[in-house]
Amino acid sequence: MKSAVVVFPGINRERDMARALKLISGHEPAMIWHAETSLPKDTDLVVVPGGFSYGDYLRCGAIAARAPVMASVRAFAGQGGLVLGVCNGFQILCEGGLLPGVLMRNARLKFICHDVHLRVERSDTPFTRGYNAGQVIRVPIAHGEGNYEADEETLKRLEGEGRVLYRYCSPEGEVSDVSNINGAAHSIAGIVNDRGNVLGMMPHPENHVEDIMGCTDGRGLFAGLVAHLERAA
Amino acid sequence: MKARVTVTLKSGILDPQGKAIEGALKSLGVDGVASVRQGKVFDIELAGSDKAKAEAALKDAADKLLANTVIENYRVEVLG
Repeated sequence: MKSAVVVFPGINRERDMARALKLISGHEPAMIWHAETSLPKDTDLVVVPGGFSYGDYLRCGAIAARAPVMASVRAFAGQGGLVLGVCNGFQILCEGGLLPGVLMRNARLKFICHDVHLRVERSDTPFTRGYNAGQVIRVPIAHGEGNYEADEETLKRLEGEGRVLYRYCSPEGEVSDVSNINGAAHSIAGIVNDRGNVLGMMPHPENHVEDIMGCTDGRGLFAGLVAHLERAA
Repeated sequence: MKARVTVTLKSGILDPQGKAIEGALKSLGVDGVASVRQGKVFDIELAGSDKAKAEAALKDAADKLLANTVIENYRVEVLG
């Protein structure tokens, strides 16, 4: 799996992401600066990592979403290429119109930085095939604006089309207001676009991929992508 | 020409920041605050003197960047 990690000023999770991609795919990802106007040929996966692009000025992800490189990312997604946005990357993809909805201030206003549990809603997608449907995984979150909101019609469509891939839950896999850490609509932690090739998620799977991190539950996401691409090749 | 773009949250969109401000005003004893919704104001200086052109440019700016029209409304005023 050849991946490209897009880097904006103020992003700070790109090296964690690059390390996880290298570890699991065996290939060093290309780091693509925001002012670039093209992606490397043969890119299999574009990752928009987490951080605080442009200092979260205006709205989280708003300015990064209009950076030159995003035109290439949009074109890549338009051709069916796989795009993964994590945390600020999710916010950027929403601001850029690659995913519906918006990430609002956490309902209880606090920046939250600790592990959460996620329920994997289905396993038949490139972004979840490393897991079983219904499996509960533990990954960290670190955000102040992760409260996913969209209008009723959009939420209905996301649910109806099975596009909610990850949901905040209890360690036992129960979804409730208590486990819904940031107040997101329908406890949404991660969604895909209508074509299923663009995933945005607030939690950081790249931070749970090695034993030294205390948990390797995040590996499945990347291993699943590698397996998907190998099968497609 | 001076202009102002005001961006506000659409009604029905939860505004936790506005709620926090509302709570703070109430705890300060400010009388008669029923509710608070927070928003943003952009003061913009424009070259040229064509008012219609300026309004079109500001609308373009708001649609493209200043507002996220999924959750926000905006108002454009050319102040002259």
